[in-house]
Amino acid sequence: MYDMKALYEALSVEEAIALRLAHPEAQIIAGGSDVLVQMREGKRAGKELISIYRIDALRGVTIDEEENIRIGSLTSFSHITKDPIIQRYCNVLGEAVDQVGSPQIRNIGTIGGNTCNGVTSADSASTLHAWEAIVELAGKNGVRRLPIHDFYIKAGTVDIRAEEGEIQTAILIPKASYENCYGHYIKYGLRNAMEIATLGCSVNVRLSPDKSTIERCRIAYGVAGPVPMRVPTAEAVANGAKPTEALLEAFGNAVIEDINPRDSWRASKAFRQHIAVEMAKRALRESIIKAGGELA
Amino acid sequence: MSVQYKVVRCNINGKDVERVVDVRASLTDMLRNDYHLTSVKKGCEVGECGACNVLIDGECFNSCIYLAVWAEGKHIRTLESLLGPDGELSDIQQAFVDEAAIQCGFCTPGFIMTAVEILEAGKLYSDDELRKLLSGHLCRCTGYENILRAVKKTMYRRLGKEIDF
Repeated sequence: MYDMKALYEALSVEEAIALRLAHPEAQIIAGGSDVLVQMREGKRAGKELISIYRIDALRGVTIDEEENIRIGSLTSFSHITKDPIIQRYCNVLGEAVDQVGSPQIRNIGTIGGNTCNGVTSADSASTLHAWEAIVELAGKNGVRRLPIHDFYIKAGTVDIRAEEGEIQTAILIPKASYENCYGHYIKYGLRNAMEIATLGCSVNVRLSPDKSTIERCRIAYGVAGPVPMRVPTAEAVANGAKPTEALLEAFGNAVIEDINPRDSWRASKAFRQHIAVEMAKRALRESIIKAGGELA
Repeated sequence: MSVQYKVVRCNINGKDVERVVDVRASLTDMLRNDYHLTSVKKGCEVGECGACNVLIDGECFNSCIYLAVWAEGKHIRTLESLLGPDGELSDIQQAFVDEAAIQCGFCTPGFIMTAVEILEAGKLYSDDELRKLLSGHLCRCTGYENILRAVKKTMYRRLGKEIDF
């Protein structure tokens, strides 16, 4: 038995909004692999829960009328990895979320829960930042969309307005963001399964049609700061550059300018800075190769 | 608080069932206490050890961090569903015995239900893939090699292929 005060179940987005307005103190629960564990540990004991897990309308990956990739917030990690749209247009997201927890966790964990937690180590978060994803929220005043960068306010806090009854309904990746883009994610952890990232690095590139130039490069980290972050200095080094070994060096060294990792029991700041450089180089190399380019 | 109850209708091991459950119950609580399916073990109860693993609509879930009320309308399978009419072991259970993949047996039902999902995919997985697919379970007695071997042997046998180890 869980030590919960009450459980309210929503079967539609409208019901969820109404329940949230009626019970502003209640905690939203999606797959529950964080919320229920915290409740078991006593951190959220005695709280009211609003379960949105059975809102099936929030599951699945589609291409919408604006050609965005639309990922319903309750889509599980394993379904994202297996999805043909994700595999074709944003394979790196499927690969990144395939490194969360264990197979059972990837069947229950949702991308909405992973982002609404607001934690910097979420395996989906760096890739969603690197692909400039849009977060869609629904509340009493209708639908609100904002860039994922603005969604993260500080560690553990995201821009969801409980007073407006908001819940997250989808993550969108615009066509301009995914078209002809190829990426790679590296998770550094102390073990292969059931592990939280010491550092996560997601890179993607769009090459020129003749593959001779990097038209656009984007890189984002998890655990390099209190929230997931892009690294503009390194991006500026790669944008418009030829894919060469020298570029990999310059790109890797440039990430130090922007990242701000901390000392924690998992790893020291110095260690995180060290692996951040190496991960950037390796992820850029893989991204260029996946995009069909060659390193000179 | 006043205790809150809800009717949960689902299909467990091929049978349509219905029971009033406390909304605070996990699926582990419901399967063990209401349906006496004690193959579903209470291990860590925080989704780490895999001892409570069951199949829900064909996918593996740690039932300890799955609310019982979410089972509404679902098809749930536990280890008990694998036995034959006279209690005969299934091929994967027998393989665990043959490979000495069981000692205390606490992790075994969870492991075997993950193996069922793996085997029902009908694919030939590499050792690395199998290790990743089995990585949601902790075993403290036999170690993992015997377990891996039991799953691998059964996978080869079901696909009618020669075992290459």
